[in-house]
Amino acid sequence: MTIKSIVAREFKTVSGISGPLLFVQGTKNVAYGEYVEIVAQDGSVRHGQVLETSFEMAVVQVFEGTGGLSREHTIVRFTGEPLRFAVSTDVIGRMFNGSGKVIDGGPPIIPKEKLDVNGSPINPKSRAYPTDFIQTGISAIDGMNTLSRGQKLPLFSGNGLPHNEIAAQIARQAKVRKTEEKFLLIFAALGITVDEARFFINSFEESGALSRSVLFINLAQDPAIERILTPRLALTTAEYLAFEEDYHVLVIITDMTNYCEALREISAAREEVPGRRGYPGYMYTDLASIYERTGRVIGKLGSITQMPILTMPNDDITHPIPDLTGYITEGQIIVDRALHRRGIYPPIDVLPSLSRLMKEAIGQNKTREDHRELSDQLYYMYAEGRSLRELVAVIGEEALTERDHMYLRAADRFEREFVSQGRYEERSIEQTLDIGWNILSSFPESELKRISLNTIQKYHPSKRSKVS
Amino acid sequence: MLKQKLKFGVIKKVVGPVVFAENMENITMYEMVKVGLDKIIGEVIRIEGNSAVIQVYEDTTGVSPGEPVEPTGLLLSVELGPGLLNQIFDGIQRPLTVLEKDSGFFIRRGIYPNALPRNKKWHFIPIKKVGDKVIAGDILGYVKESPLLERHAIMVHPQIKNGQISYIVEEGDYTIDEMIAKIDCGNNNVVEVNMITRWPIRRPRPIKRRVSTYLPLITGQRIIDALFPIAKGGTAAIPGGFGTGKTVMQHQLAQWADANVIVYIGCGERGNEMAEVLERFPELKDPRSGLPLINRTILIANVSNMPIAAREASIYTGMTIAEYYRDMGYDVALMADSTSRWAEALREISGRLEEMPGEEGYPAYLSSRIAEFYERAGRCEVLGSDERYGSISVIGAVSPPGADFSEPVTQSTLRVVKVFWALDTSLAQRRHFPAINWLTSYSLYKNDLDLWFAKYFPNWSVLTKEFMQVLQEEEELIEIVRLVGPDALSEVQKLILEYARKIREDYLMQHAYSPADSYCDLKKNYYMMCLLSYFYNESKKLVDSGIQVSRINSLPSVQELGRMKFVPNEEFEAFYFSLLERLKNDLSSLAGGVKG
Repeated sequence: MTIKSIVAREFKTVSGISGPLLFVQGTKNVAYGEYVEIVAQDGSVRHGQVLETSFEMAVVQVFEGTGGLSREHTIVRFTGEPLRFAVSTDVIGRMFNGSGKVIDGGPPIIPKEKLDVNGSPINPKSRAYPTDFIQTGISAIDGMNTLSRGQKLPLFSGNGLPHNEIAAQIARQAKVRKTEEKFLLIFAALGITVDEARFFINSFEESGALSRSVLFINLAQDPAIERILTPRLALTTAEYLAFEEDYHVLVIITDMTNYCEALREISAAREEVPGRRGYPGYMYTDLASIYERTGRVIGKLGSITQMPILTMPNDDITHPIPDLTGYITEGQIIVDRALHRRGIYPPIDVLPSLSRLMKEAIGQNKTREDHRELSDQLYYMYAEGRSLRELVAVIGEEALTERDHMYLRAADRFEREFVSQGRYEERSIEQTLDIGWNILSSFPESELKRISLNTIQKYHPSKRSKVS
Repeated sequence: MLKQKLKFGVIKKVVGPVVFAENMENITMYEMVKVGLDKIIGEVIRIEGNSAVIQVYEDTTGVSPGEPVEPTGLLLSVELGPGLLNQIFDGIQRPLTVLEKDSGFFIRRGIYPNALPRNKKWHFIPIKKVGDKVIAGDILGYVKESPLLERHAIMVHPQIKNGQISYIVEEGDYTIDEMIAKIDCGNNNVVEVNMITRWPIRRPRPIKRRVSTYLPLITGQRIIDALFPIAKGGTAAIPGGFGTGKTVMQHQLAQWADANVIVYIGCGERGNEMAEVLERFPELKDPRSGLPLINRTILIANVSNMPIAAREASIYTGMTIAEYYRDMGYDVALMADSTSRWAEALREISGRLEEMPGEEGYPAYLSSRIAEFYERAGRCEVLGSDERYGSISVIGAVSPPGADFSEPVTQSTLRVVKVFWALDTSLAQRRHFPAINWLTSYSLYKNDLDLWFAKYFPNWSVLTKEFMQVLQEEEELIEIVRLVGPDALSEVQKLILEYARKIREDYLMQHAYSPADSYCDLKKNYYMMCLLSYFYNESKKLVDSGIQVSRINSLPSVQELGRMKFVPNEEFEAFYFSLLERLKNDLSSLAGGVKG
């Protein structure tokens, strides 16, 4: 965005402080969205952004919070610039705090470009539809809810569930097969605990991923309003590395719930009319300005794939945070408490999970030609088995037919053999599909209605063993 | 609208997409203005004394108080003329292809290319001659706009009530700016006509009168065509939680609906979905003509991270374009995905104006805005001295938060639309697509349209009623099974369950991505219903005579019903007769077995 007045202007006219907001008087030509530096009495510098501007007053949100600021001694410096982040390939392997300061003790970044952190929308005409299969090595994802390059696929989880382990495992294992392309991980932590952050960093270090990643860490103890900024820094970096430097970037953001809390805090401080559960009415649009910064562009080699993690308050998927997210992202992976209690890792419930881009990412030359039909059949089988389980709970097992028992057994096997796997177990897509076939082979062929006869002939274990 | 001396205003305050300006004495409501030094486009949405409130169609970062506001004297309008088809525009009709050339793959601010190409020549064939009397809406001649729309009518502007052609060009190639005719309106007022007109997006284009809707909009989707049909000129809503397939449904309808022109509005949805349409539609063939579907399609894309005020405008932009083609006498289908995002844009702007909020923070005028929008649909006799009919069918997706249909946008929409396709999360989770719930959905056109169907398929309505009845009965029987187990059912009841299961899985379920199943023509649809009904009615006789349902079910021809949807449309008639024959033989052999 262009901002015309390049001259910085200083004001000492703070008239009010409320929550994360500063009200500055007499600011005539302050631009909307301008980047602001705030100098506190002790000389420390904080930064912020203009949320509202008029002849009389400007409203500034302070990312570090307003604690310790006073009316009399605070200097507000309007820079005449939007908030920018300095990027170059030097950022790879580095660690930043939530507002983009180097915190790994290394030298400062020598910038190649300084980019507006708010980015610009990608022209829909310029987008290339995602079609490249990403193998995560996790069967419940690869087999049933396939991820592709340029997709935004969130993990919907709950407190105390192993979403971090799953995300770390994906970060370790994710690859596009048969390619030697430049792959990069960008990790943005929003308000997570020190332990969680350490877990991720250790896990990246172990697998050697740390040297090809960029980390942005805002911890639970760090200022909450900074969380508005952190994902934007991560995505600005991602856009630069993907579209200028041809990297394939996987962005993991955790935990988006903390981001939404920060958004609500600002909205409340501005006394806006609240939407559902006190979250601002524009939360959908605001979340879209993060999630939509994903994808591929025609004529560019790089791509951005996004995997945000959010913990659903009280496991409620209709809560505004997962609900609005689900409307923007291209599917969702659901981490389920009941499966977790039964000791299944990863406890991914494939039934409500979804990958909208799966259909284009699988099949011949991508995964395998039987993938679509096999996953449909597995899905049908598991859904049938699960609904029978509910029936058994009401009327008991005796009333079931032989066919019903078959489905019940297969659903159990599906959870234990297909969904369940080790934290360090990396399955190729062929292994995943073959496990699926093994489970289905307990059914007579007439039950496999979603699979064509041709495919059965070619891939059914009983046929294949005869051939070999 | 005459250009008077226009006085610049001054920006007083900037809050997100809303700008407050002073010194705006001569401004009119909904006038287009240029805001700030970058001259970004905005629209006046409130006037108080000599100050005005403006919603701005681009990001306002960097705009500051004190910058000028330039009035244009024009209402926010769209360009209408040949060259609309096959294009993709943003919410205020900026052509995204041209933007891409000008500013790269990120959309930059303050660039306003012409919506229609100015240098392209169109082959104009006049049908009027000098001396002909014309009135508003009369067709002067035709242009071949695309292979699927051979006759793009160049019409007399609705504001010209009466006139006489004093000049008209020969057949030949002209750009849209070139004068092609002169109309003498009397009183020394001679209007020069070219092929481009402008129309303000918030004002419905005039028509002669509305007429009744009795023709179905054939969609190739079995559950819609048979159970919940929509008429040409009708209105429908598709509410559903995320993942229930609203967008896939809208894409299916945009592909297969038998309209002449499709206007598809991606309103606050995903960028990749628009990319998908742009990639797939040029490859997909129209089932009737075999030509690529993109040739009849106009896309309006204002995805979720594009400016919110332009999202608000996008549905009016789309509707005005739809009305333009309707006025030529075409059947237009307009898809809006999703009207909830449009309503949210209204809510955000209303919030910035500090208006008194209504339900869930939406402005109090939400439901009247929704009603106004759907009222622009319909079948009508259009302007012109010849008798021409055109229609606009509107299909709006609704995204209720938490899939709760009691929220204001869904409820306000249901009050005005006549077809309700309720998408069901539990069906979607079972991967039953299209996930239209057959018990809660309805179509108020069904009875009228049955008369049309009866002309071609005599017992169409008998079959569809039978299907609905069986599905209803299934619901009751499942309730019994849940309470006391399946053993409590009689064989007849088991047969009904089996029939209902076949209707659901073998008929209602339709695979959008299977080439043979994606589009089901009416003939195939009808034959499929006939086969299922035949199976049931014949089996019932057998069950009455003591044969178990499981035995009937294991017959090869009965099993084959499960795969019939994958038989292509053109082969289906032959398939129908052969399967009917086999069903007959198999079932009668069972009957014979009992006797023997």
